[in-house]
Amino acid sequence: MIPSVRIVLWLVEGTWQGCVDAVANRLPPDASVALLYVTASTVGELADAAAGGLLGRAMPRLQPRHQYQDLADEAATAILAAAAGQLARPDADLLHKRGRVEREVVLAVAENVDLLVAARDGNRSRLGPKSLGPATRFVVDHAPCAVLLVWPDESPGIESISLPRHDHPPPMGPDPLSRR
Amino acid sequence: MPSVPSPLAETVAALILAATLVGAVARPRGLPEAVMAVPFAAVLLLLGVLPLGQAGAETKILAPTIGFLAAVLVLAHMCDHYGLFEAAGSWMATRSGARPVTLLALVFGVASLATAVLSLDATVVLLTPVVFATVARLRLRAKPHVYACTHLANSASLLLPVSNLTNLLAFSASGLSFIRFGATMGLPWLVAIGVEWLVLRRFFASDLVGHGEVAVRVPRSVPVFASAVVVLTLVGFVVTSILHVAPAFAALGGAVLLAGPALISRRVAPRDVGLALDVPFLAFVLALGLIVKAVSLHGLGSLVLHFFPWGSSLGSLLLIAVIAAVLANLINNLPAVLLLLPAATAAGAGPVLAVLIGVNTGPNLTYVGSLATLLWRRVLRKHGEELPISEFLRLGAITVPPVLVAATLALWLSLRLVG
Repeated sequence: MIPSVRIVLWLVEGTWQGCVDAVANRLPPDASVALLYVTASTVGELADAAAGGLLGRAMPRLQPRHQYQDLADEAATAILAAAAGQLARPDADLLHKRGRVEREVVLAVAENVDLLVAARDGNRSRLGPKSLGPATRFVVDHAPCAVLLVWPDESPGIESISLPRHDHPPPMGPDPLSRR
Repeated sequence: MPSVPSPLAETVAALILAATLVGAVARPRGLPEAVMAVPFAAVLLLLGVLPLGQAGAETKILAPTIGFLAAVLVLAHMCDHYGLFEAAGSWMATRSGARPVTLLALVFGVASLATAVLSLDATVVLLTPVVFATVARLRLRAKPHVYACTHLANSASLLLPVSNLTNLLAFSASGLSFIRFGATMGLPWLVAIGVEWLVLRRFFASDLVGHGEVAVRVPRSVPVFASAVVVLTLVGFVVTSILHVAPAFAALGGAVLLAGPALISRRVAPRDVGLALDVPFLAFVLALGLIVKAVSLHGLGSLVLHFFPWGSSLGSLLLIAVIAAVLANLINNLPAVLLLLPAATAAGAGPVLAVLIGVNTGPNLTYVGSLATLLWRRVLRKHGEELPISEFLRLGAITVPPVLVAATLALWLSLRLVG
């Protein structure tokens, strides 16, 4: 039996609906699908750090660390469940990881994954190298599998590139290969 | 009383200050910082490094400030008990429509006001968890919003004497009136918030995309009584200032107005008020004040007085702000402001306020205390997630210099307009 294709969808707050919509009706029925969400471990830590900066306030006593963990876990579970519902794939694996988001995503697709689907998170008003956020950029660079980038909402039209002017078509130069 | 030669006394005092700061960051066994700071201050008294008379005078200066601080701490925590922060979270969630940039703007507004009126402690301890919960409920990314809270707790603490303990210390030392303080710092405050917005909005552009889910929860209504008391307290600050009465009484009035009914109706236990009062923190501030006094007394004070560019020209103000910011990053902003205040006060309102711009906005650069705390905890836990240090530092490096320069420029302008 031929092993089926394994596809991972990386879900991020704000863009996951678009990511799911983009592939919803295009997944091969026999593909195994996993939904991946990573909780950034640094955020709760950041809030703690601010409290630690208040000299003299004996902070950790006031700042229950698990509070952030619980809230983030609740959001993660909800997003994964909602995405599985929207995708109409109740059989999808739901993967929830914690840590540095970009690293966890790369690790999650390191083995036996054929395709990672990710939403572009860049600013559409400024297309260019920075139209991908740092985490997505890292994943695109380091993921060992194929990566499919989808627009979370409408894609920018072809007008976003400057088209050649029609009245003066560029002259066709000699074929560079023909010189050899 | 034994008398100690000055160089030796200076060394002893400096070592004790260093030990106090290390102890406050490391907090062995999680004990409050005062547990080490108070005995250290006592040692300086016993050794005669800090003469009893000087200690008495310093205590007399610090006592009203510490009372003011206590009132503000209780006021902020009582606002929390009445649900003011929860209501703010609910309001932000509804108004934002789950749009990340709109939410960030609302967080900026709420965090700036909370910091200005109820102090940076309120933003860090009471508002940040609410913002985190709000963001999680809207299914948005928490990072930009949490960073906004931590940055604004510092940058937006310029406006009023109550916004930051450093301001309270400077306020009592400088003899500025509450109104004049607020009027002069209004423009620097707005400018600092504006610069933070421009930088954070760009820095987190890729985290502020898409849209979340509109929360279906029933919005929490704004606690009218608590809000009214906060507004009354603000009015009280202005009135006491006009009548030349200590504005601490306005804060005390607000704290009693909120705590009284809550205690009587047993919605708040006396223990909660005690926790809000945070006596160990108040003791720590007094002990730190005495220790820094001892350090100043034996030479460092006159050094600060003679070698600093104490003046109100734009160049002097900028230099003062930068020095204060560097010092705040080296030894934390509380000891920094205590060390710089005597000389700054002698030089006038401009230099005092420039010191405050430095010590208040400077800590965003390295979060010196927090970074050390983080590292220390990591050492204790001994396992390997990486720290968010690089992001921390990068954001600090691109926000603090422009905020510092722009706010000082605004202060210079403000001094000319307000006088």
